[in-house]
Amino acid sequence: MQPLVELDHVTFGFGAQPVLEDISLHLHPGQFAALVGPSGAGKTTFLKLILGTLKPSRGEVRLHAHALGGRGAPRIGYVPQLETVDWNFPVTVEQVVWMGLVQRSGIWPWPGPREKEKIGETLERLGLGGLEGRHIRDLSGGQQQRVFLARALIANPDLLVLDEPTTGVDMASAENILHMLADLNHQGMTILISTHDLNTAAAHLPWIICLNRRIIAQGRPEDVFTVEILNQTYQGDMLVIRQDDMLLVQQKPHPHTYHEVVPDPVPGEVPSPAK
Amino acid sequence: MNIWLEPFQFEFFRNGTVAAVLVGALCGLIGVYIVLRGMSYIGHGLSHAIFGGAVVSFVMQWNFYLGAGLWGFLAALLINQTVRRTKISVDAAIGVITTASFAAGVALISRYQRFTRSFDAALFGNVLGVTRQDVLVVAGVTLMVAGVIFFTYKQLLFTTFDAEVAQVYGVRVAWVDTLFALILAAALIASMQILGVTLIAAALVIPAITARLLTDSFNHMILISTLTGAFTGLAGMYLSFYVDVSSGATIVLIQAALFSLTLALTSWRKRAAHRLLDTHIQ
Repeated sequence: MQPLVELDHVTFGFGAQPVLEDISLHLHPGQFAALVGPSGAGKTTFLKLILGTLKPSRGEVRLHAHALGGRGAPRIGYVPQLETVDWNFPVTVEQVVWMGLVQRSGIWPWPGPREKEKIGETLERLGLGGLEGRHIRDLSGGQQQRVFLARALIANPDLLVLDEPTTGVDMASAENILHMLADLNHQGMTILISTHDLNTAAAHLPWIICLNRRIIAQGRPEDVFTVEILNQTYQGDMLVIRQDDMLLVQQKPHPHTYHEVVPDPVPGEVPSPAK
Repeated sequence: MNIWLEPFQFEFFRNGTVAAVLVGALCGLIGVYIVLRGMSYIGHGLSHAIFGGAVVSFVMQWNFYLGAGLWGFLAALLINQTVRRTKISVDAAIGVITTASFAAGVALISRYQRFTRSFDAALFGNVLGVTRQDVLVVAGVTLMVAGVIFFTYKQLLFTTFDAEVAQVYGVRVAWVDTLFALILAAALIASMQILGVTLIAAALVIPAITARLLTDSFNHMILISTLTGAFTGLAGMYLSFYVDVSSGATIVLIQAALFSLTLALTSWRKRAAHRLLDTHIQ
């Protein structure tokens, strides 16, 4: 099968410790994959190489639109990490989603009636109906994540890339976003996310890529989440618990308690009930 | 004669007022993008760079607008590229490039002392010297800048909000940056005669941050900032006529007063809203 994304012996950075080294990877149309690894493993750099905002020092990144029957470069929808967004910037939800149409809408500095309709539909689809006029700061973490997902989806991308979509939102919202992505994948969308939440990845994604400067392993979660591979990826002591079909990944319990770490703690005080 | 119309019998006042209103609006409009990009210092730096360019074009006997404009545009591009391609931060890049350019101007002036006087106007602005031709240049630049911003509105908005993501979505960010450097250089040159090198930075920044205090909407910010610039241009001209103070300084002082007033009002309103909320909770 023709892959949609192809990384061919890609290295980024120079010297003895490049950020990424000798990465080869195929991403096929319809795949739903997670990039996992510790902070500093090069996850964001990896994504930026695919997005084209960084160029490899060695090797080649190829995107094949004809894998989908299209021509030219495939359209990519990108959802950046929430913490990289300038939340004080004066834009409304509608304007952020409108940015997704930047290559397609007319020359006027406002969305036309058909664009407005499309923005409304996309927001509705993601459960954000009626929030068009809100400032982006005045939303919950889950809503913020979905606004940026709406900006990516409105342009009908061939490939959806999300950097840490479950970071900075509460557990229920993270669950909600992953189910939304699973639905999109079910409709045929190719999706690549990065995450450091191994348990969420194991429970939602059929393909895992373990990264720490190099690709340590890739495969289905049940094959990849082994103590050996995770220890190598995280350079630590990991514990994998399997029960029925479920996987639980955890850092090994610490061999000490707080009594040993803080031998002489200052005690706190519980104030007496209100006078 | 009516006190409001009296100054208009003088041609210098008519020309100066039209120019000041246009320059105020122009700086207010461009200032929004500058403030939101966190490049407030660039107006200050680039106007100094352009001063260097103006001196060079005087010595070389080039056309002032062409020579100084090209110089400013190249300095803006150089700053942009330095920031994008190296680890040097934007304030440091502006500091190095524009101050060196200003120093080149100062060096040339001290070498050829005969024109020291006329450059007072370039430094502090001289509205008395605004000719009909200057007004036409300011009007032309204002139209051009407004046109560019109108037709690249989406691309500029996206690039200002997040340049890297804009690039992923197909915006040609390098091209947008170049275009913006061009209109910024043009606006600074057009404003130099009115406000002077040393005061342009304030006219770029103050209306935009005043507008930011008043709204969370990008469109409204553009509108408020442009109108604030135009209004303070007019008010500054009147006041400077009656109190006989330099027009550039008067415009900037009025803007600063308006900003302080807005800051006081918005923080008072916020505190009042909080108090209201607190009493509700209790």
